[in-house]
Order: sequence, then structure tokens, then C-alpha cells
Amino acid sequence: MNWLISFLDWLREFFGDPENWTGSDGIPMRLLEHLEFSALALVLAVLIAVPLGLLVGHTGRGELLVVVSANLARALPTLGLLVMFVLLLGASSIWPVIIPLVLLSVPPILVNTYEGVKGVDPELRDAAYGMGLRGEQVLWRVLVPVALPLILLGCRLSAIQVVATTTVAAYTGLGGLGRYVIDGFATKDYASVVGGSVLIVLFALVVQVLFALVQRVTVSPGVSRRLKVR
Amino acid sequence: MGDGPPSIWEWIGRNWDTGRADSIRNLLTDHLTMSLVPIVIALLLALPLGLACVRWRWLYQPTSGFMNVVYALPSLPVFMLLISVTGLSQTTVIIPLTFYGMAVLIPAVVDGLGSVPDHVRQSAVAMGFTPLRRLLAVELPIAAPVVLAGMRVVAVSSISLVSVGALIGQGGLGGLFTRAYQNPFMPPVIVGIVLIVLLAVVADGLLVLAQRLLTPWVRARKGQAA
Repeated sequence: MNWLISFLDWLREFFGDPENWTGSDGIPMRLLEHLEFSALALVLAVLIAVPLGLLVGHTGRGELLVVVSANLARALPTLGLLVMFVLLLGASSIWPVIIPLVLLSVPPILVNTYEGVKGVDPELRDAAYGMGLRGEQVLWRVLVPVALPLILLGCRLSAIQVVATTTVAAYTGLGGLGRYVIDGFATKDYASVVGGSVLIVLFALVVQVLFALVQRVTVSPGVSRRLKVR
Repeated sequence: MGDGPPSIWEWIGRNWDTGRADSIRNLLTDHLTMSLVPIVIALLLALPLGLACVRWRWLYQPTSGFMNVVYALPSLPVFMLLISVTGLSQTTVIIPLTFYGMAVLIPAVVDGLGSVPDHVRQSAVAMGFTPLRRLLAVELPIAAPVVLAGMRVVAVSSISLVSVGALIGQGGLGGLFTRAYQNPFMPPVIVGIVLIVLLAVVADGLLVLAQRLLTPWVRARKGQAA
């Protein structure tokens, strides 16, 4: 149980140090950075992946591309991709790091959006056309709401990925909570390593809970079966 | 050293087997160990746990909830937190990867067993199969495609995730990335990425092959339909 005692000591040392709560490398600032980078990458990924997924799912063109990208994204090592982009583009701005973050978070959203639209009951789609809706109306008023749970699942999986990769990206110089872990490890400051790790884990869990809440609020009750239709 | 930067092939030749711990060959071996061990352990643990969740339905909700949480934990901080328990060893990478694997495989086992049609199960009972024999000879083979689909996801993501371990000095081929970053040099990065993707493709291919061999009736049925 020795490790538990030193673990708690490290936590007390890290969170108890007033220096860790102020300035550009204080916890509030690092937390904000982590949120900023993750949100930026996720928003860009959503802007790319959702329209593309809707298009492919609705038209049925480019399905192979979607499947291949999903498998490739799973196989590509994030650390390798980060180092590659930084070596290629230099570390003058955050973009050499943000680009791989976006690249890795597009496929989960893309695949799930595509699967969601493709999985809509054909009878439902026909019924919508039968009621006189045009293609675009069918997409927005029927396909998107029905596919929303899967689209949000894709976003949640991407968010998990982005939070984790933003942490790893601290190795290639990005700010955020990963800094405590990477710098602490390099200087054998284990209070910082353990404190930073706990913060990142909490951050990831909060993101999860937020996504669960968003899903609750945005998915139509008819789709989520919360509303019993008789 | 020669004049000018060496080509990728030259670099591979020079670093393939230097006898040191960070030769490409040794990194490749480490990488295979740290990715395959979690896949196997995760399967061995997910099977009984999945079975338990099917047998006692109330277990499934808390188990899948817990596994969802586990799956959301970023790997690097988990490695870091484990260091104080298991040290800077391969175990520190293997344990979290095993849990990530279980997070995918337990639902796969449960869904797979759920896909066994009731009439098939009842036929087995009527034919006098004992519960164990029914499980091994009827239910698990029918569940195999779903479980193997989960295995493919786990194998590919484990192989690529191991490389993050390089940040605690245990990343297999990921070591090439940290080396390339500390001493800015592109060939190790390219070699690392290509080898890891190749490993993932091979593992995926082997699992597809296993699926074909284990479930010959799937293809036979498709052939009939065509």
C-alpha cells in the first residue's frame, strides 16, 4: 500500500501548491487550453465529417472511402502522426499539431453519420417522399433526426479520442493539461505527473457526461423510445 | 557516417539489428508482445464475463457502464498513474490496453450470444445437449462472427496504441517516434508508422481468415443465396 500513500502525498503536493493555481502554467489556464484545443479540433472535425457522412449516406457514393478511412484512422499511431507533422511543418504555430488531431477525429464521426443515415428504415424514407417531401426536406426532417443518436455517438467517440490525443500532443509542444504530465515526467516531478493525470482523467469523464446530456436533450423522444407510441 | 542524409532503406539497414535494445528488430518484438498479450488476455476475460452478463442480465448494465468509463480514459495519464504501481515496465502498458480491449469485447460477446436464435438453442436442448456442450458446440460458434469483429477492432487499436507507451519508455516501435523527435530526423517516423500500420493490416487479415475458417457456413449460405 506504499504506492497509495505516496500517491496521496503527490496529489496533496500538486493541488496544495498555490503556485499551481495561477499564471500561464497554472491549472485554470492549462485546463482552458486543453478545452480550447480539444474543442477546436472537434468542431473542425464535425464540420468536415457530418456533411460528408450525410452526403455519402444519402447518395450511397464513396462508401468505400468512408470504411477505409475508419480503419486507417484506427491503425495510424497518433504519436507518430504528431511527430511527423511537427517535423514537416515546424512548431511555429499550433496548426502542425491541430491538423493531425482533426485528421484522427474525422473518421469516427464520418462512419457513424454514414451508418446512421444508411440505417434509416427504407419504408420511413419512402413514407416521407410519399407525403410529398423533397429530397432536401427528407434529409433534414427525417434522416438527420433518426440518425442523430449515431451521429452523436460518433462525436462522443471523437471527443474521447481528441482529449487523449491533445494530452499526447503536449509531447510535441502543445499546451494544455498534458504539459504537467510530460514536463513532470521529464523532470521527475511525480507530483505534477500524478496531479496532471488525475486532472486529465476527470476532464475526460466530464466530457463523457456532457455528451450523454446532449444526447438526452437533442434526440427526439420518438427516436430514443422514451415516448411510448401506441 | 556517409555524406548527406541516408535514405530510408540505408537507415533501416543500419538500425535493423544493432544488438542494442532500440534496434528496429527488438522494438518490433516488444511491440508485438505489448499488443498481443492484451488482446489475448482481454478475450480470455471477456468470454466468461460476457457469459455471466448473459446468464445474469442485471450484471450487464453496471458492467457495460463501467467499461464505457474505462474506454473514455486517455491512455497516457493512465500509464502515468500506473507507473507508481507497476513501474516503468511493459506491464504498465499491457494492463490499460487489456481493459480497453475488454470494453469492446464484453459487449461483443453479449451481442454475439444474443444473436443465437431461440429455436436453435431449443433444438440443442431437445437433442439432449448438456449446457456446457450447447455453449461450446452451438452458441459460441454462432457468436463467433460478432466476437471476431470486436477482436478486429481491438487488435488494430491495440497495435497503434502501444506506441503512446514510448512516452514512458515502453512503446515498442513508438520508440522510433520519440527518437525522431529528440533528434529531428524523418526516416524513423516513416518506418515506425509504416510498420505499425502493416502490423495492424496483418493482424486484421489473420482475424478475417480465422473468421472464414471458424464459420464456414456463413460463406456457404452466401453462395447459396447468389
